[in-house]
Amino acid sequence: MAAEDFTALMPLIILAAAALVVLLQSAIKRSHGTALILTCLGLAAAFVSMFYAADELPRQVTALLIIDSYALFFTGLILFAAFAVAIFGYNYLNLYLENREEFYIVLLLASLGSSVLVSSNHFMSFFLGLEILTVSLYVMIGYMRKDHFSLEAGIKYLILAAASSAFLLFGMALLYAETGTMEFNGIANAIGGLVEVKGIYILAGTALFLVGAGFKLAVAPFHMWTPDVYEGAPAPVTAFVATVSKGAMAALLLRYFIAVDGFEYTTILLALSIIAVASMFLGNILALMQKNVKRILAYSSIAHLGYILVAFIAGGERAVEAVSLYLVVYFVTTLGAFGIISLLADQEGEKFMLESYRGMFWRRPWISLAFSGMLLSLAGVPLTAGFIGKFFVLLAGVGTALWTLVIILVITSAIGLYYYIKIIATMFSRVELEAEQKPGALPVAGSTVLAGLTILLLYFGIYPVHLIRLIRDMVLAIS
Amino acid sequence: MILVWLIVIPMAAGLLAWIFGKSSNLFARWISVLGIGIDLVISIWLWIQHFAGVDPSRTESWLVQIKASWIPDLGITFHLAIDGISLLLIILTALLGLISVIISWTEIQRRVAFFHFNIMWILAGILGVFMAMDLFLFYFFWEMMLIPMYFLIGIWGHANRRYAAIKFFIFTQASGLLMLLSILGLYFIHHSQTGVYTYNYFDLLGTSLGGASRFLMLGFFVAFAVKLPAFPFHPWLADAHTEAPTAGSVILAGLLLKTGAYGIIRFVLPLFPEASMEIATLAMILGVISIIYGAILAFAQTDLKRLIAYTSVSHMGFVLLALFAFNEQATQGAIMQMICHGLSTGALFILVGRMQELMHTRDMDRMGGMWQNVPRMSGVAMFFALASLGLPGMGNFVGEFLILIGSFQANKVITIIAASGLVFAAIYSLWIIQRVFHGEQREEWKIPDLRARFIGVFAVMIIILVVLGLYPRPVIDTAKPSIDTMQKNMEANMQIDLESSGTANLSSDDWMIGVESERD
Repeated sequence: MAAEDFTALMPLIILAAAALVVLLQSAIKRSHGTALILTCLGLAAAFVSMFYAADELPRQVTALLIIDSYALFFTGLILFAAFAVAIFGYNYLNLYLENREEFYIVLLLASLGSSVLVSSNHFMSFFLGLEILTVSLYVMIGYMRKDHFSLEAGIKYLILAAASSAFLLFGMALLYAETGTMEFNGIANAIGGLVEVKGIYILAGTALFLVGAGFKLAVAPFHMWTPDVYEGAPAPVTAFVATVSKGAMAALLLRYFIAVDGFEYTTILLALSIIAVASMFLGNILALMQKNVKRILAYSSIAHLGYILVAFIAGGERAVEAVSLYLVVYFVTTLGAFGIISLLADQEGEKFMLESYRGMFWRRPWISLAFSGMLLSLAGVPLTAGFIGKFFVLLAGVGTALWTLVIILVITSAIGLYYYIKIIATMFSRVELEAEQKPGALPVAGSTVLAGLTILLLYFGIYPVHLIRLIRDMVLAIS
Repeated sequence: MILVWLIVIPMAAGLLAWIFGKSSNLFARWISVLGIGIDLVISIWLWIQHFAGVDPSRTESWLVQIKASWIPDLGITFHLAIDGISLLLIILTALLGLISVIISWTEIQRRVAFFHFNIMWILAGILGVFMAMDLFLFYFFWEMMLIPMYFLIGIWGHANRRYAAIKFFIFTQASGLLMLLSILGLYFIHHSQTGVYTYNYFDLLGTSLGGASRFLMLGFFVAFAVKLPAFPFHPWLADAHTEAPTAGSVILAGLLLKTGAYGIIRFVLPLFPEASMEIATLAMILGVISIIYGAILAFAQTDLKRLIAYTSVSHMGFVLLALFAFNEQATQGAIMQMICHGLSTGALFILVGRMQELMHTRDMDRMGGMWQNVPRMSGVAMFFALASLGLPGMGNFVGEFLILIGSFQANKVITIIAASGLVFAAIYSLWIIQRVFHGEQREEWKIPDLRARFIGVFAVMIIILVVLGLYPRPVIDTAKPSIDTMQKNMEANMQIDLESSGTANLSSDDWMIGVESERD
């Protein structure tokens, strides 16, 4: 390996080192505050090192990893999300547990795993990244070890994730058996000449591959774990599961499909379309009946991944652009929404029942407004980033004349309006003045991050030019 | 720049009212009066500058424009422009906006600061809708006005407010998304023909769409028909109007419904002339059904506010009828009707709102014989009920008369049926007067009569309605250049479409030319 390889890999190396540093620190002297600061420093250092790595682009480091602007873009997004989760987690863990420092170690490791995912163009690194991420997630989801729901969610995730990894591996094995290579480009070359002859291996391999990926993305019909895990996991962890683990997988899937030109295979596109339609319908309809905000957001995330798939199916540059933009918007919004739930948690536990939000606007106006902003963004209402995201998805869909999918998207998101609005209506509902007692102050750091997310939400919603340019500069490199 | 100010001033006033109004309700109210008052002054000044004493036969219909780059990567611009029609509606918006702030002075006592923020932002959104000349921007404003409206109904509304607010939001949002699809379709078709990505209205005008035009037109049409509201897209209306606080009802009936009609005038007809022609009969039939069905529903109500809400369906049915008659008289009538309906129905909602504030009921069965008790209020109600039924001498009559003359030329049968709507209007209007103000008192109501504030508001509205009824020239002259341009463009478009479409049309064209040359 040359020195340039190390420069290119710097973000990943720093992340791994930061995990070790936090580990050592907590071995020497436990201190929650120090752990948080070290974590944030590590994330910041990894972020800064990306600018140095940017000089080496694009660079294939060994056969496993490719560091290009696409990888760096998503790594940046992951670091950003991890930072927000660390801050929200700090407030949250302060309320409950004795052993808090380990949380940051697994958080850094999970970020490392996802960064490997978005940088991989080889099945080995893909699986490696995925497992680093998933194993860390087992710990994070079950982190509230005295809470039954958290443990249940952790075990559920463990069993289902392990099974889906098996599917994924088998799919990879079939593809390898057919093509004799595990590199994306190699597979692309091999498939190019083979489709007609032994298509069945490729097809079965890709199908199994999609099952594994579909589980991580939580699209229907692989979505069963989502509501339980979202509900049981601590709110900051839910934010991480909803954003980073799904986003990294979506980014990888996009890279793979572009590389092997998967958009040429109508069978696979048909399967993806069915998955997208099922996700949009199931997610939005099942959310209608829920009274638990975390479960509502879980079902809504299934629907959102369905929207992303619509853009995905469009293929080509438009798909890359729309999927990336939607992911950024979805990251900001989802982090905000779960961030609010974790900020609102107190000694009595998380406030995830819809009832506990009744009349919240009159008690805590700012955070309620932020939450309304997040929900409206999820609903795709103009002025918020979510609208720009949905706009790009529709643009991609209409641009490639996917009329059926686009119309289903419109219908289902109209259904979806109901449950977002229901939460907002609950927050704004009138309460008797006697019931309004002054609530305690919210943690400063968490509130600041939340304010930042809300500003980003409006900024992307009103003036998305910079975001669009950034994405065009960095992401379109792969297509 | 002046157009930007028109939008920014109410927005700023709303923000100030919210931030600084927490400690002083009076501040929130006055800053809102000031904000929308400045808008009113600006818009009237614009009108004086461009129309007072100006030759009405001029050809250039666009008065003021501003164009700035917004999201150049997608061909989206921040493009505002107004012509006569927009200017009339802007003046109406500012006037009704000012009125809604004034009449909420005593009605709204809770969360005053946030209330005024919402009112101001709805008005800013509506003003934006009337000015936006970039389809993306238009959609942006179109949706922007919904959220504060949702809050207005959902927070300050009456008993069933939550249901009404959610219903309103879902109806309008869902139809708006269909419009967004159509906008995108238009965008891509324009690009495939010219290689330019743009949402600019003026660039998109004249795009020849072929077979897609019907579907694209439907997307727009449904969105506007929901707002209008035309049968069968009207179910949200009665709930929203009834449950909203008075200011909300005034803005809904007076302004929000007009955005639907405006959308048809500005976008559906010019962008899709051929497809509009195709559905003209259907749209006129929907208009007639709205007229009659709305009137019947109105007559069946015992809730006074709901009754007035349904009369809107009926009155806006006339507008829909007129717009698809494709001639100048009908269109002039539609614009006249939009303005006068905004004022007369708005006034009726203010009256009901005042009665509910004082009596805590809207049930007509409990009213009756109010005339002895509140003579001033009853007299005002009488006036607006008569205006609403289209009594000659008031603006509404001019509007409906022009509409009927215009659409009679387009479709006789439909117009004759529509004319019966006038009879129904007379029935329900007089019914209100009889049941609420005449007859025996069913309960001993002791409520104060109108005070100076309300008398002032009603006086302004009465004067405008009477002046327009006797001398409608200002409105007609203001709208004329735009209507002329619109018709000219439509004819030109039809010509292009005829030339580019198949041989069957060409042969019929030849045939017509043949006939003409024979005559020569």
